[in-house]
Amino acid sequence: MDRIPILKMGHFLLVTIQVDMYDRLALNLENDLIQMVEKHESKGVLIDISAVSIVDSFMGRIIGNIASMSKILDAETVVVGMQPAVAITLVELGLPLTGVHTALNVEKGMFLLQKKIKEDIFEIDEPDAGWENDDQPE
Amino acid sequence: MSNNPTPKLLSKRKKDVLQNWIDNQVEDPALREDLMSNEEIRYQSEELLDAFLKAIKTENYEDISRQEYNPIIEILSGISLSRAHGGFTPRETAIYVLSLKKAIIHVLLEELKDDPGALVNEILKISNLLDSLSIVTFETYLKGREEVILRQSNEMNEISTPVIRVWEGVLALPIIGTLDSERTQIVMESLLQEIVDTESNIAILDISGVPAVDTLVAQHLIKTVNATRLMGAECIISGIKPEIAQTIVHLGINLEGVQTKASLAAALKYAFNKMNMVVVKRKVG
Repeated sequence: MDRIPILKMGHFLLVTIQVDMYDRLALNLENDLIQMVEKHESKGVLIDISAVSIVDSFMGRIIGNIASMSKILDAETVVVGMQPAVAITLVELGLPLTGVHTALNVEKGMFLLQKKIKEDIFEIDEPDAGWENDDQPE
Repeated sequence: MSNNPTPKLLSKRKKDVLQNWIDNQVEDPALREDLMSNEEIRYQSEELLDAFLKAIKTENYEDISRQEYNPIIEILSGISLSRAHGGFTPRETAIYVLSLKKAIIHVLLEELKDDPGALVNEILKISNLLDSLSIVTFETYLKGREEVILRQSNEMNEISTPVIRVWEGVLALPIIGTLDSERTQIVMESLLQEIVDTESNIAILDISGVPAVDTLVAQHLIKTVNATRLMGAECIISGIKPEIAQTIVHLGINLEGVQTKASLAAALKYAFNKMNMVVVKRKVG
């Protein structure tokens, strides 16, 4: 049984997809992730897909599903590091993933989630100066 | 008299035919001395005439798809391709083959003046044959011209989509000219790639240089905006002229969810605002 590891970081869950997805794997991920959200009462889910080079409509739908389910369980989903080719494919397939937050990389994604839940769980340096941070460390 | 006297006659008088032909070409007022020297014309013409004489020896005057005509068609294609690329007019290219007909008929008239029946026969055969050859020439000429056009349009696509870094984390992409599916694809790919490379949060698509926006173009723009969003950046469309805004509304295109600004300056202002930056005037004194 193939599984993609899901890491818990404070109030967030972190998933890094390092292999090209196939349907079974995606379905397992959907299951596991939603279980974890419920178990840890997570406030945010971060999915890093920077290593994914191929995506199909099924995969796109799974990501959409994860976002919708998490939303029901009061967690925000952010997808980070999408490759240009993948973005173009999803748009051409007519899957603009509405309701999913996106960011350029893990750092910025984390920052976004933090801003979303307005809680200071751990201090992250701002990815680049100029982006709002509510709680500047002294 | 054999029933195929022409090849023999022409071989005998090859020099005259060649001279005639070259004179015909040079005399034509359309010939441009600047594009081709007389030696070049002579060399090309002789090569072609040799191949032509070889081919008609087989007594095949009708079917130019047979192998004995391969060398001729090859030479002709080469000539008309090079002329198409070199900027010759269609007339100049056509004259080349048609003046050969004149030259051959001239020689035949002299040689066969005692046998009108045979003369008419031979002239008809040669005439038909050379007509087919001139069609081939013209087809290749057109193909050559089309190649030139295709290459130019490809080059236009290549050069007209520069992605500019206007600020730390802000990219701008001014689009000049009409947007079609192919160009949009290039625009989209180069923009997204640049977003990855520079880790920019905001991209501005400026369409001041786009003359008209129809439903298809609007759809392409929306696609680009969506793809940018999927990557985790934001895309602003700027440079929308009043008439384009009118068109968009009249066509019933829904641009909701797309951030639009009237000018690049306004878009930049918006980007600064997003990034919590202010531009302030320095106090003098």
